[in-house]
Order: sequence, then C-alpha cells, then structure tokens
Amino acid sequence: MSRQVTITIDGQQVTAAEGDKLLWVALDHGIYIPHLCGIREKEHPDASCRLCFVEVEGLPNPVTSCTLPVKEGMVVRTRSERVDRLVRTAFELLLSNHRLSCAKCGKNGRCELQKIAQERGLKLKLTRMRSLLVEKPVDDSPEKFYYDPNRCVLCGRCVWADREKAKIGAIGFVRRGMDRRVAAFWEQPLADSPCIECLACVEACPVGALVAKEMKE
Amino acid sequence: MEIEITAEEREAIKTTVAEALEKNSYRRDRLLPILQEVQGRLGYLPREAMEQIASSLKIPEVDVYSVATFYNQFRLNPPGEHQIKVCMGTACHMAGGHIIMDSFARRLNIKEGETTPDRKFSLERVACVGCCALAPVVVVNENVEGKVRPTRVDGILMALGKEIGKKNEEEKR
Repeated sequence: MSRQVTITIDGQQVTAAEGDKLLWVALDHGIYIPHLCGIREKEHPDASCRLCFVEVEGLPNPVTSCTLPVKEGMVVRTRSERVDRLVRTAFELLLSNHRLSCAKCGKNGRCELQKIAQERGLKLKLTRMRSLLVEKPVDDSPEKFYYDPNRCVLCGRCVWADREKAKIGAIGFVRRGMDRRVAAFWEQPLADSPCIECLACVEACPVGALVAKEMKE
Repeated sequence: MEIEITAEEREAIKTTVAEALEKNSYRRDRLLPILQEVQGRLGYLPREAMEQIASSLKIPEVDVYSVATFYNQFRLNPPGEHQIKVCMGTACHMAGGHIIMDSFARRLNIKEGETTPDRKFSLERVACVGCCALAPVVVVNENVEGKVRPTRVDGILMALGKEIGKKNEEEKR
C-alpha cells in the first residue's frame, strides 16, 4: 500500500493514498467537485469536460483535479472566482450543444448536468451563447435502451465501459469538431452493431443520451 | 446514399487491402499507413475494405471508421467521373460558398462528400484553392470557376453532360 498523506480541501483535513487523483479523494470525502468525463480506473484521464477545476496553493492557475495526484500538505480550494468562471463557461459550452428539454428526458432527476447546475448554482439554459444543436435522429433500435445523440456530452464514459467493462468494441467516437459523436461502425443503428445490450454503457452515461427503456414509462 | 459495388471491384478491394496489410506486417500501429495505401490505390475507403482491415488487425470496426472519419484526407465514397470541389475557405465562406454547395447538393441529389449512384459526379468541400479574389470558387475537375452564383450551377453541370430538366419533362408526359 502506498504512503498515506494528509491534505486540506476547503479547510477540511483528509487523508488519502499518495498519488491518488484529487477528484476522487475529494468525492470520497463527501466534497463535491463537478465532473463528467472522469473515470476512476483510468490512469491517464482525458480531462476533456473542463468542469473539475480547483485552486491549489502554490500553483499559479486553476488545475483539473482529475489529473492531479495528491501530495503531502497540499492545500486545495474547490471554489474561487476563477474556478467558477471556468466551470460556468465550460458548462454553458456543453449546454450549447445539448437538447435542453429536461421534462421530456429519460434521465430527468438523475442527470449529472442537473446535479452540477444545482451544486454550483448554474442555470440549465443558455444565457451568453446561442444553441448550436443540430437535431440528430434518436437510435431506438436496441431492445433494452435507446440512444439520443442530441443529449450526448461526449464524455466518453460509454466508450470506455464498452471497451474495458463489456469488452465488446461496438461504439466509438466518429468524425470530428462539431460533427463529433458516439456511434457504431458506419453510423449504423446499434442493433446492427456488435452490441450485445449488456447495458454497461447505459450505466456509465451521466446524462440522457443512453437510457434504459423500462425507465421511460 | 449507398453506392453499388461490382463483383470485380469487390475482388480488387480484397487484394488491395490484403497487400496493404501485408506490406505493413499486420501491425495495429500501422493503421494510418494502411488506410493511406488503400485509398491511394482505390481512390477511396470502401466499407468492405474497412471491415477487412478491422478483422485482420483484430480491432473493432468502429475504430477503423473512427480514424477514417477523423481525417479530412480520407473519403468514404468513390470519386466521381467529374469531381466538383466547392471552396469553403474564409473568403468563399463569406461570399456564400455554402449556398453554392447547397445548390450542387440539391441538383445532384447527394450530400457533401457523397457520389451520385451512377458515379458521374462527386461533391466535396475544400479549404482554400488560392484565388480568393474570385470567391466563391468551385473547382470542377481541374478547372477553376470563379464568382459562381447559384444560377451558374446548372450551366456547369450541363457542360459536364448532366441532363437537367429532361427528366421532369418525361415525368410530365
């Protein structure tokens, strides 16, 4: 077992194994930091959602906590004016490409975006940016779940679950830029892909993109 | 729109891919050179080729598709007999390049990056062809058409042998 270290997060002393990523240490101790793309088991996090910024004493700029290994005596603040600004902008960027009709969403109430909005006092609507959402068809072909690309935040958790948990390789990222999306080979319906409907990706999805059907009512 | 492939082409795809794989020792980290080799010889990356590459390298098919759709270098449809390249550089974009693109797409009944089922025409976007003063620019085969207006689109296509309007007249009868 690796060495135990003591760090301070928002004035609270916590102990953790040296080298663990700050994001998970904080979450384990009940200190919430917004996050979407983070995967605990992943050695090299993508750090692509840009939501888990924190201030660390001694570092000039806010850093993503999912990539930061904890060190003895580290002093962390999860909120600051700069952190809030970064998170606010990253969050609105995500929303600018997201179908915002929570009432009609299968994940309403269990959505990670809603949780982040509540925790950080952010609005679930666009204030500074305009919507760039291009409506894409919902893939209703699998028996047990459906895939709504309009609600996808491209966190990559489903792709990771598909590869590392289910060990299938049915879905992946395709295209790039604004056209980037999660899809099967040749963007064919998931029912025609190697997908075995194990629901590992549905479990991994933090938003309303991959939703199990029986929950839909 | 799916383009039909003849048995002959299927055979050519098979041998080309097999050779490209062989040349790169079936190495997964050589995926990009394999795709480049296949496109270099076939002019595009057919679905069958990607499936064959994936199964030979023992990687998911979607991973090959992922790489092929990420890079602008790769095309998924065969080049048409006449290649229409609509410029979408900064100047052409400002001068309405997307309107010209839409006009071609509507006339040919294909989307950007696709080929007509008879393989007469393929439509693609290019970044900049270097004559911004003529914006919006279309490159047809190797000829540059400057200051293109939507009304010019039919003329360009007719010069290449596309029969426009005739079909409608036949339908009327």
